[in-house]
Amino acid sequence: MKNAVGREIPEEILKLTGKDVYRGSHYFDGKEFKKDGPVTKPVINSNGSKLVDSIHDVLVKCGIKDGMRLGFHHHFRTGDKVLNMVMEEVHKMGIKNITLCASSLGKQNDPILPMIEDGTITNIESSGVRGSIGTAISEGKLQGLAIMRSHGGRVRAIETGEAHVDISFIGAPTSDEYGNLNANGGKANCGVLSYSAVDAQFADKVVAVTDTLVPFPNLPAQITQTYVDYVVVVDQIGDPSKIATGAAKPTTDQRKLLMAKYCTDFVVQTPYFKEGFSYQTGVGGASIASTLYLAEIMREKNIHMGFGVGGIAKPMCDLLDEGLIYKLVDTQDFDEPSIENIQRNPNHFYITGGEYANPFNKGAYVNKLDFVILAALEVDTHFNCNVVVGSDGVITGAQGGHPDTAAGAKCTIVIAPIMQGRMPTICSDVTTVTTPGEDVDVVVTDYGIAINPRRQDLIEATKDAKLPLKTIEELRDIAYSITGEPERVQFSDRVVGIIEARDGTIMDVVRQIKDFEFKDE
Amino acid sequence: MEIKKPAVAGTLESSDCQVVVEPGEGKIEFSLDSTVIHQFGNQIRKVTFETLDRLGIDNVKISIVDKGALDCTIKARIEGAVFRSVDQYENLPWGGAIK
Repeated sequence: MKNAVGREIPEEILKLTGKDVYRGSHYFDGKEFKKDGPVTKPVINSNGSKLVDSIHDVLVKCGIKDGMRLGFHHHFRTGDKVLNMVMEEVHKMGIKNITLCASSLGKQNDPILPMIEDGTITNIESSGVRGSIGTAISEGKLQGLAIMRSHGGRVRAIETGEAHVDISFIGAPTSDEYGNLNANGGKANCGVLSYSAVDAQFADKVVAVTDTLVPFPNLPAQITQTYVDYVVVVDQIGDPSKIATGAAKPTTDQRKLLMAKYCTDFVVQTPYFKEGFSYQTGVGGASIASTLYLAEIMREKNIHMGFGVGGIAKPMCDLLDEGLIYKLVDTQDFDEPSIENIQRNPNHFYITGGEYANPFNKGAYVNKLDFVILAALEVDTHFNCNVVVGSDGVITGAQGGHPDTAAGAKCTIVIAPIMQGRMPTICSDVTTVTTPGEDVDVVVTDYGIAINPRRQDLIEATKDAKLPLKTIEELRDIAYSITGEPERVQFSDRVVGIIEARDGTIMDVVRQIKDFEFKDE
Repeated sequence: MEIKKPAVAGTLESSDCQVVVEPGEGKIEFSLDSTVIHQFGNQIRKVTFETLDRLGIDNVKISIVDKGALDCTIKARIEGAVFRSVDQYENLPWGGAIK
């Protein structure tokens, strides 16, 4: 059955998952539902401590068994130690058919690869996957389906009960013996525990894993004792120096600087750029450069950002310290300076993943965004974006908050070079749709800016600004004139993964890769 | 032209390709490893055969490791490898067999 972005979703996948096809970004707006709830074991006694000696013992106490769904957060990104540590113990105990429900997975999780091959892990639910697990999924090694959910989508899936988490493990930089958790003040800090908040509230069993036990009560707590069943102390939960994936220093790449300039020139022409505007950006070179350009104009015109959302890195913290931004609401810290900033600057606030992006609550922060600046692997002439599947057809990225912020923001801008190597970034049809074109308003490339024809208001607002405006088709044609017209990736038939829309419907499917075959002469 | 000895041109840098030519066994033997093989594998093969044809080569083992090179680069690397294989560094047919 064809969905609202024109992707054919196979009937057997709809039957297997019980899911509907994607019908549009606001299809569920205002539709009521009843939330799921966790099985809760009350603590009425006054014995005082929830400490358990080891991961093994806590797995036994939680009643670990085949087929369970286990929750994890990825706030330590490539420095995470908790997921592998827990899964090694699960593996040793001979448990099978585990569904991993992680807020994201990356190359730090490569050690669990053998557990996919031997059936310990048979299903994966994640924002995305980088590293060899992504390759393994694309090669068809996972027995079940991989479900890629946005950050908001994961919260929705857990709260509706579609992904009922049996045990969640929360790597907590500090904890007391009763399970008050904070992301700061320990040996290894991660700034916020936003993605675990939903696990705390909806998982049957909640286990805090910490390397810094502090006296009771550990206040302020991001996750409180009322949700935590057990506390385990280990040697090390994460390495914060590995949180930053790339050096976040200002780029000198002229192409990125050009795109950043175009982006800022566009932003300031829109009616949303005024005192108190809101903004989210990523950590790519062009995104950071555009934030720095924008700051210059904000200083010049004495315009302040009311709040910044995200995904926070040092450049946004610097603007907060300077007073150009009034408040930062933070769901994830991308570098150590931002972890340090949230501990120090009282206008830098922790919010939960649900508050950030869940489409099925009574209003997430993304809905209040004026601008979001995003990147993409591919953007097509329908403005659909792909951020998960690489040019070789292999799962290699994550949805993150891409579809959530794109849906929420009044002006969604995607910055992408017109080509990367020989790959035209602007193309006729993306390999895999992760963010629907209806939510993408502007595409900024090094060869010009295309505005989505749905946004006649933005076209009108910027028409006299001497911006290098082009149609998206013109941008594609420029790309193809340099690279040649690409053929589509050759996949085999088997579906190995689902790109889930933030509302739980199916946006697209990812198929198993196969070796390239030349056309007959 | 007849390929006399193995020769190589190009690098493994992004947007380049490395072409190796060796004396053939009576035909064109083509192998390709490319980061964009799905999108441009057929096109790269076409450019390779066209370039060899222009150079008058029908007996060669040619292998290309491509890192996303454009057609013009691929052509130039093939031409470079071929003329190296016959030790011809002067009087190159610019505008003729080399386009």
